[in-house]
Amino acid sequence: MGPGRLNWRYVASIDQGTASSRCFVFDDRARIVSVAQHEHRQHFPRPGWVEHDPEEIWRNVELVVRVALDKADLSPTDLCALGIANQRETTVLWDRRTGAPVHNAINWQDTRTDRLCREITREHGQEMFREKTGLPVSTYFSGPKIRWLLDHIPGLQERAEAGEVLFGTIDSWLIWNLTGGPGGGRHVTDVTNASRTLLMNLQALDWDPALLDAIGVPAAMLPEIRSSSEPYGEAGPPIAGVPVASALGDQHAALVGQTCFNPGDAKCTFGTGSFFVLNTGERPVTSSNGLLSTLAYKLGSAEPVYALEGSIAVTGALVQWFRDNLGLIGSAPEIETLALTVEDNGGCYFVPAFSGLFAPHWRSDARGVIAGLTGYINKGHLARAVLEATAWQTREVMEAMNTDYGRSLSALRVDGGMTPNNLLMQFLADVLDVPVMRPIVAETVSLGAAYTAGLAVGFWQGTDGLRKNWHRAAEWLPSMDTGARERGYRKWKKAVARTVDWVDDDE
Amino acid sequence: MPGRIQSIERAAAILRLLSGRSRRLGVAELAGELRLPKGTVYGILRTLQAVGFVEQDRDSGKYQLGPALLHMGSSYLDGNELRTRALNWADGLATRSGESVRIGTLHENQVLIVHHVFRPDDTHQALEVGSLLPVHATALGKALLAHHDYLVAELAPGSLPSYTPATVTDVYRFRSELEAIAQRGWAVEVGELFHGSASIAAPIEDRRRVTVGAMSIAGPIERLCDGRQPRAEFVDYVMEASRAVSRELGAIPW
Ligand SMILES: Nc1ncnc2c1ncn2[C@@H]1O[C@H](COP(=O)(O)OP(=O)(O)O)[C@@H](O)[C@H]1O
Ligand SMILES: [Mg+2]
Repeated sequence: MGPGRLNWRYVASIDQGTASSRCFVFDDRARIVSVAQHEHRQHFPRPGWVEHDPEEIWRNVELVVRVALDKADLSPTDLCALGIANQRETTVLWDRRTGAPVHNAINWQDTRTDRLCREITREHGQEMFREKTGLPVSTYFSGPKIRWLLDHIPGLQERAEAGEVLFGTIDSWLIWNLTGGPGGGRHVTDVTNASRTLLMNLQALDWDPALLDAIGVPAAMLPEIRSSSEPYGEAGPPIAGVPVASALGDQHAALVGQTCFNPGDAKCTFGTGSFFVLNTGERPVTSSNGLLSTLAYKLGSAEPVYALEGSIAVTGALVQWFRDNLGLIGSAPEIETLALTVEDNGGCYFVPAFSGLFAPHWRSDARGVIAGLTGYINKGHLARAVLEATAWQTREVMEAMNTDYGRSLSALRVDGGMTPNNLLMQFLADVLDVPVMRPIVAETVSLGAAYTAGLAVGFWQGTDGLRKNWHRAAEWLPSMDTGARERGYRKWKKAVARTVDWVDDDE
Repeated sequence: MPGRIQSIERAAAILRLLSGRSRRLGVAELAGELRLPKGTVYGILRTLQAVGFVEQDRDSGKYQLGPALLHMGSSYLDGNELRTRALNWADGLATRSGESVRIGTLHENQVLIVHHVFRPDDTHQALEVGSLLPVHATALGKALLAHHDYLVAELAPGSLPSYTPATVTDVYRFRSELEAIAQRGWAVEVGELFHGSASIAAPIEDRRRVTVGAMSIAGPIERLCDGRQPRAEFVDYVMEASRAVSRELGAIPW
């Protein structure tokens, strides 16, 4: 036990998201003590390409940690542990000796590996990947992104084989830097992040040689796979001495933050994309409806817990696109104000297949459409269509979930950056036809990372106690009549049908 | 009907431009947009500045809407934006106090509820976002009115309907209560809207120190008050939370 133990009042966590990095400090009753946030740049070098600068992300993380401590007048000795939740699949390769990234991080939304994925599928089929990893071969996952970098940066393949270049998802990149970087940083990842690479065997929870071989990834560059909740190492500045004690993909962290610890518990997080995750217990469930079979979390030496996931690539990102690329609103929340200037969508449907379609369709050849345009449509209708797209996509995923799991959800727990949008939450309840509930800590990603870190060091004793912190902060009840709901859904499906088969083989 | 006054039309055009997306413009930019001589625009700006409708940014020399005008506009800050920015702090207030939390803005002399957090006891409660409450019988309304002098001045005798025997219906008494609220920074209402329930509220300010909303907790009198006085710790919770939102909006440096 360290000497700081008596001072333990708080636990800190980092939520390194697609849009921004945040640091939260929580007390033992899961109340927010301090928060700091900083956005980072989105790079779009070509259509379909999305990159982040890993050094900018690391600088921002250092910054938000420092600011969060300053705001509440805290020092590192007040903290029992630091937890990490991160945007998943985003791929960083860096030089072990200098710590410098060899390229910008390739973001999870990036579709540059489209052709590569088709080649891999042609050669190895989908079956082996589905069976071993629970995932389809898709541009979404890290493995092909690694392969693309190895193919396009001269000399990288040799350096990777020699172990001079390391791979990591954002969790690994942050832990390595936090625990010393080139001077002894720990090169680790957790099972949830590793489960998104197409390289890890879902049962063995280890890198699978057949998968490494099929995608062409040298084992020497891969991090060690650990549980989601255990001390990985001690942090250096700006929180010197604090154990880094959890790492989870943000969606898995949100599941923990929502205290979905029982099989059958589910949540959907609405951020840049939206991710519907259902706890399926200690065994993976195979999907026959386009869902992913993935890890929920693994708490220290306890048995791993599995999940079904419906991943939607573009939801909040569409609002951001509406703001930044069309300039029709000045901030994301203003979309609600604009949408409320009209009564309905005016017949307009927007399918944001910017990165192809994810669950349940998995069509990388799809691209976005706005359907039902007439001279009547104004910017208010477009704003409605933007928000409604999130709800219809969630409905598609929920239907797949109900079929795969063989049980219908009776209510949905929600969280994420879009949940303050009241119009959207009501529409969501309307088209799902179940009550939608928001918990009193909307920042479930941060909370989940804090819970797992706090559990790892004994700040909290077990998951049962954490459930007591969950309270309903808001609830939206369905109020749309069945006819309207089904007519809307029919139109939505027609619009979706118009997105596929857009990208040609020779592009 | 007399003809329209050109200089007022021009002043209105300037204000409209300053309320647009960029929100801060120089004399040359305004003159260019309006196709008017710079001297003319400058003269109008000086007049608008004198009445507090525009102000000049010290660093850039550019002009922006002034505080007097912002006080008059009821929804300078988009209510949906306010909800999004206040979410974490409103949740925290509900957790600390164990009571329901509301955020309100002024809307045509009523309080518009833009955010509502349930009392964290998992009992059935209905979301009240979008509903309107009377300004003079809620802590939210009082906290909002206390910082909008021109609205208070407009209150006519007999304009304050009674909801319970405790409702303040006398305009003069109400005005002096608002003065006290402006001084101490928080408002309370004890059984003035519904029998047996009370609310405590404090204003939320933006970076220009303009009151853009107010945040409250509400619950039974016996939980929120000692006798007819609000409990000190609840007043502290409300003040801290509304100050945190004001900080979030840039009113006070951290
Ligand atoms: N009031 C709002 N209405 C709709 N969308 C919003 C609102 N506020 C934020 N967003 C969207 O939420 C997203 C950010 O949510 P967040 O959970 O922080 O995302 P991530 O974890 O992916 O970085 C952005 O894409 C933004 O457009
Ligand atoms: Mg997030």
